[in-house]
Amino acid sequence: MAKAEFEIPELKEYPEIPPIQPGAMAGTKPFTAKPEMQEALGFPGELVEDWHDRAIEAMGDLLGKYRSLQVFLDACVKCGSCTDKCHYYIGTTDPKNMPVARQDLLRKVYRRHFTFAGKYFPKLVGAEDLTEEVLEDWYSYFHQCSQCRRCSVFCPYGIDTAEISMAAREIMDRIGLGQKYCNEIIGKVFKVGNNLGLPGPALADTLEGLEEDVLDETGVEVKYPLDKKGAEILLVTPSADFFAEPHVDGLIGYGKVFHEAGADWTLSSKASEAANFGMFIGSYENMRKISLRIREAALELGVKRIVFGECGHAWRVAYSFLNTLAGPWDFLDPNYPVPQHICEYTYNILKEDEGKPDEEKTLKLDKSQNDDMVVTFHDSCNVARATRMGDKPGGQFTIPREVIKAACNNYVEMDPDTIHEKTFCCGGGGGLLTDDLMEVRVKGAMPRMQALNNAIEEHGVTNMAAICAICKAQFTKILPYYGMGMDMIVSVHQLISNALILTGQTTDEDEDDSAGDEDE
Amino acid sequence: MSFLTIVFTALFYAATILLVVGLARRIRMYWKTPAPLKIPTTPAPTTTGGVVMRMFREVVFFESLFKSTKWTWLFGWVFHMALFAVLFRHLRYFQEPVWAPVVWVSPLFKYMAFAMLIGLLGLLGRRMFVDRVRYISAPSDYLMLFLLLGIGISGAMTTFVAHTDVVAVKSFFRHLMTFSFDTMPNVPADFTIVVHLSLVALLMIVFPISKLLHVPGVFFSPTRNQVDNPREQRHIVDWARKLEE
Repeated sequence: MAKAEFEIPELKEYPEIPPIQPGAMAGTKPFTAKPEMQEALGFPGELVEDWHDRAIEAMGDLLGKYRSLQVFLDACVKCGSCTDKCHYYIGTTDPKNMPVARQDLLRKVYRRHFTFAGKYFPKLVGAEDLTEEVLEDWYSYFHQCSQCRRCSVFCPYGIDTAEISMAAREIMDRIGLGQKYCNEIIGKVFKVGNNLGLPGPALADTLEGLEEDVLDETGVEVKYPLDKKGAEILLVTPSADFFAEPHVDGLIGYGKVFHEAGADWTLSSKASEAANFGMFIGSYENMRKISLRIREAALELGVKRIVFGECGHAWRVAYSFLNTLAGPWDFLDPNYPVPQHICEYTYNILKEDEGKPDEEKTLKLDKSQNDDMVVTFHDSCNVARATRMGDKPGGQFTIPREVIKAACNNYVEMDPDTIHEKTFCCGGGGGLLTDDLMEVRVKGAMPRMQALNNAIEEHGVTNMAAICAICKAQFTKILPYYGMGMDMIVSVHQLISNALILTGQTTDEDEDDSAGDEDE
Repeated sequence: MSFLTIVFTALFYAATILLVVGLARRIRMYWKTPAPLKIPTTPAPTTTGGVVMRMFREVVFFESLFKSTKWTWLFGWVFHMALFAVLFRHLRYFQEPVWAPVVWVSPLFKYMAFAMLIGLLGLLGRRMFVDRVRYISAPSDYLMLFLLLGIGISGAMTTFVAHTDVVAVKSFFRHLMTFSFDTMPNVPADFTIVVHLSLVALLMIVFPISKLLHVPGVFFSPTRNQVDNPREQRHIVDWARKLEE
């Protein structure tokens, strides 16, 4: 087990709602952004002198621009429906991590300045001035929200705390109080092209390395092209896919699928990042600027289609916002949705292959290659509750599962209250995937870890698949805290990659036989 | 006219104006505030018809609350439905002649007051005894329940305990509605009806400045009222389009 300076929540057989412990996570907060990181995004470098007035002004500005914020701050009746739904509340027991209480941190200031009741009867309606303490609470608790939208599923008015958190972070950015992790990363995207700051030549090297690996393993020359002009498909994928485990195994899988489909595809060094942390900080301008790189890359390369790799919030920005932020996409092939998810791409081939004899199938999948695994699937929050795949509502649940099942014989589900639209966040989303928030991440992962642990005990689950770079990185780090192996987490296209027999591939059986011979 | 009648005349005109104008301004503001991004909570309907059905299930059956917690749903739903039944029955105090369906349901719907009170007491109990809900409650959250309980109890008392001269009350409101001040009858000075009418007027006044804004709010909630079609149709609002120029 990994070492921790805090108590790791106990995993139970049945979910329990803990009693509240006020102040349990008070003062837990991420590092603040340095002046140069702030300024690169167009925000003041440090907390401005007249921060109070500027914050109220920013709130007024956002209230006029976002109907969600205006309606959500007014409509809450404090029914308590959301109070037991947040993984951070369940894991930390701090009442300010209950969605409504988190919203109230902003709502009480809204009421004080923007409503009749709050101006004249503040005590009665719980309105408060924006004091330094309140601002500290904002910084602390709006960075203990992963914007996963689980609360919004259960709210009778659809109030989405993510919208409130985004607005709060935007207000804080505008007064010079930004979060280091998110803002530093956005700066890297603007400067280098991706979250990790990998320059073009490093990318080319990495991809060459992948080609060699696949060649060694399969004897087939699968290409991972970069900046190939005139390619049909532009693949935009999270930069973690280029080197992190198990992300890279997913990227290998996408390449193999494209190869077998005979697709002419490319990655782009300009748009070498699917992630868009502009969403996490609630900044329309930054989110738009990041999205426009994809448009520019698509135009420069002259592609006809855009496909996104496995990434949760990136798929939200891609599916729900890309058309708004960087559209219209009238220069792309109108026969395909813009953009498409890699799972949709693979799923469509699987559908075409259905009923064909094995030798005529585009994707020859040998499920037994994954027989050493019992796989379950973690629905990533943004994919589950903020996007769709395919043309039917709920396709975001069925399509990845169909892809997994096409590659695996042993698939089981976790507790139904923790999957599909009720899925629990991994604990690291929304700009929280940073070491300075480790306690929040470990505790917030508890509900998912509990469901996984129960699936392990009941069904002998060995691996959990995910389609999100943040989920994969978070679980790799967090699983050991709960006594589970970090390599339990796998990419969905890693399973495809394992099972896919490439045309002309030297089969495993030959190797297995020879290995067996050596053993004897 | 008695002093009480004069006070209630002024009070109900003022309350009606505050309610109607306050709500209209709020609704206008919600209407005019743009929703720059597609944010339906998915899975979401892909057609307008589907969204209408989703909203219908939300406002009639409280679908999301049902998914969440059955006790809150039970008390909340019973309270709201009973309230609507009682309000529907109250049409008899404003119409002449009374609409036939109102006449038919009146003998039965009279008992809905009790369902309404049971729902309210359940919600109050939850607010007081569940630590999480107690934590998020402001004084106004309790007062709102007490206000509604006061309206329900005083109203039920005029029917079941101390009958008031309901014909006079109706006549008073008919005169208010037609602005016929010269023949205005006096409002009965019974304690229960005075309390009932005063609290109703108070509710009307606080409606547009309180959490009762959830009533128009739910219809404007982008997570519930948006069609899930961002890839098919480009969604862009004016202030965002300006960034493109």
